[in-house]
Amino acid sequence: MQVTSSVREPLVTGGKSYHDVTHDVARHVEAKPNIRWFLAFLTSAGVLAIGSIAVIATVWEGIGMWGLNKTVGWAWDITNFVWWVGIGHAGTLISAVLLLFRQKWRTSINRAAEAMTIFAVICAAMFPVLHMGRPWLGAYWALPLPNVFGSLWVNFNSPLLWDVFAISTYFSVSLVFWYIGLIPDFATIRDRATGLRKIIYGALSFGWDGAAKAWSRYESVSLILAGLATPLVLSVHTIVSMDFATSVIPGWHTTIFPPYFVAGAIFSGFAMVLTLMIITRKVYKLEDYITMGHIELMNIVIIITGSIVGIAYITEFFIAWYSGVEAEQYAFINRATGPYWWAYWSMMTCNVISPQLFWFKKIRTSIVATFALSIVVNIGMWFERFVIIVTSLHRDFLPSSWAMFYPTWADVGVYLFTFGLFFTLFFLFAKFFPVINMAEVKSVLKSSSDNVKK
Amino acid sequence: MEKDTHFVMGVYEDEDVLLHAIQEVRSSGVKIHEVYSPYPVHGIDDYLGYKRSKLPIAAFLFGLLGTCLALTMQFYMLKFDWPMIIGGKDHAAFPDFIPVTFELTVLLASFGMVGVFMVSTNLKPWAQPRIMDIRITDDKHVLAVDIANNSAIELSKIEEILKASGASEVNKKSFE
Repeated sequence: MQVTSSVREPLVTGGKSYHDVTHDVARHVEAKPNIRWFLAFLTSAGVLAIGSIAVIATVWEGIGMWGLNKTVGWAWDITNFVWWVGIGHAGTLISAVLLLFRQKWRTSINRAAEAMTIFAVICAAMFPVLHMGRPWLGAYWALPLPNVFGSLWVNFNSPLLWDVFAISTYFSVSLVFWYIGLIPDFATIRDRATGLRKIIYGALSFGWDGAAKAWSRYESVSLILAGLATPLVLSVHTIVSMDFATSVIPGWHTTIFPPYFVAGAIFSGFAMVLTLMIITRKVYKLEDYITMGHIELMNIVIIITGSIVGIAYITEFFIAWYSGVEAEQYAFINRATGPYWWAYWSMMTCNVISPQLFWFKKIRTSIVATFALSIVVNIGMWFERFVIIVTSLHRDFLPSSWAMFYPTWADVGVYLFTFGLFFTLFFLFAKFFPVINMAEVKSVLKSSSDNVKK
Repeated sequence: MEKDTHFVMGVYEDEDVLLHAIQEVRSSGVKIHEVYSPYPVHGIDDYLGYKRSKLPIAAFLFGLLGTCLALTMQFYMLKFDWPMIIGGKDHAAFPDFIPVTFELTVLLASFGMVGVFMVSTNLKPWAQPRIMDIRITDDKHVLAVDIANNSAIELSKIEEILKASGASEVNKKSFE
């Protein structure tokens, strides 16, 4: 039966049957890891190991190991934190917001994007935890727990504490959402497996039996979780932006920050999804599931969010001038022409100019161009956070305390550690978990494949 | 010892055939035990006569609990137990409590609802599910009929109804 839509491009190509979907996705979990996987895994684990020296040094010696000084009290740590949190946003956006908007193209990419979210948030959390200096006391400082100093509580007026609640809620809700989606697919792998694998995936599948009642409840849960996670996506980065916006530092104290940070997060998140998915589809030969149509749609999201970010940069500049506040005006001129001009113009080039290239269909539908630009966007978004944080701090109200920030080996090492951690976790996920949501792809197969039944 | 046959199962290849089959089987007086699918089939609840899930209510109630808990906690801690005036702000500033209240509302609503889902669907790592047919997590839909619940109808008649409704196979299965 041919049920191709005459107006929409098929979401699944290659004339796949339901069984093909199971086979194509589950075979990577069932097969022995190949040499390429081992090489990639060992490389990322090696980076993790090398980076962990910097983490140990930071915990052992204190954050004096970092290049921070009295003027620039936050630099790479908060830059990396905001960058990683931003990367996480695309996962929840794809799984929650696109589910609410009934965007069926999300089904092929939501699983890996959600995994990316979870790993990115773990990496992000490393930085505030380490920045506490004595992370083992962090629970007293960050959570409302009675402590030895009497009934002294955390400060609920502080955006930094809101962050604790926002990030931990975001992480745990994303984790639950991801796992609920994995349960039916684990059951599929369980039913194809024997021996130890059957026992492990049997436990992971929580006894899923595919009953209509269970599916009905599963769909209710997914939809409500999506409804709850959608404002969460907006709130998390809004709250992260308030870490800056509620202060009085010129360059930070702006009301545009919440929407601007959210758009930037989606922008960088989609770029990272593209980086990962382009590799995954190639290595796992999943081109029929993650099609050019998917890549093009993600590139369109990048044009939109990239343009929002571009407008935000210009608006910030305009408002700094229009406000008439001298310190504010100086902060922005200093960003563009001061000692960190190279960071500012890297940010402008990577984030404002490069995504505009996606207006050309040829570039938008080119794998090589998309891959290259996705990395450019990720670099640009790192510079964005660096520019906001370091250029605003390094020249404060008092010229006698002006300073520059130079990262130390520990700064670089901790950042490397999070890269190693992220990719180690992602490679483990890609090997042991189904990278595509089989059940959800099957549910759109009938309306969106180029051929349902062979 | 030979086990008693408990279930008769029609295996279906296509979701549309399955939905029609449910209607036909129900209208012929056979009580359906459950239908199993590899993916969610939209509209199947109505065909099977299932009531709407109460999970949204659970989510709402847990969310409400989260809101109350968060506000009580923050007001108790900062207004009564240890009033702190920071940066000249009121020590019980309601707007400042909104972010944490929102997060705890979402957290409790999500976890509470998922907990109810797990319990009501009997999902747990040590659960030993009855797998009606190994292919229901791959590419087949299975309509299971509990023979004990349909004692008024002959077994061969049930098999006939399933076959006539479009089942590609009709099998029997029993569980200890």
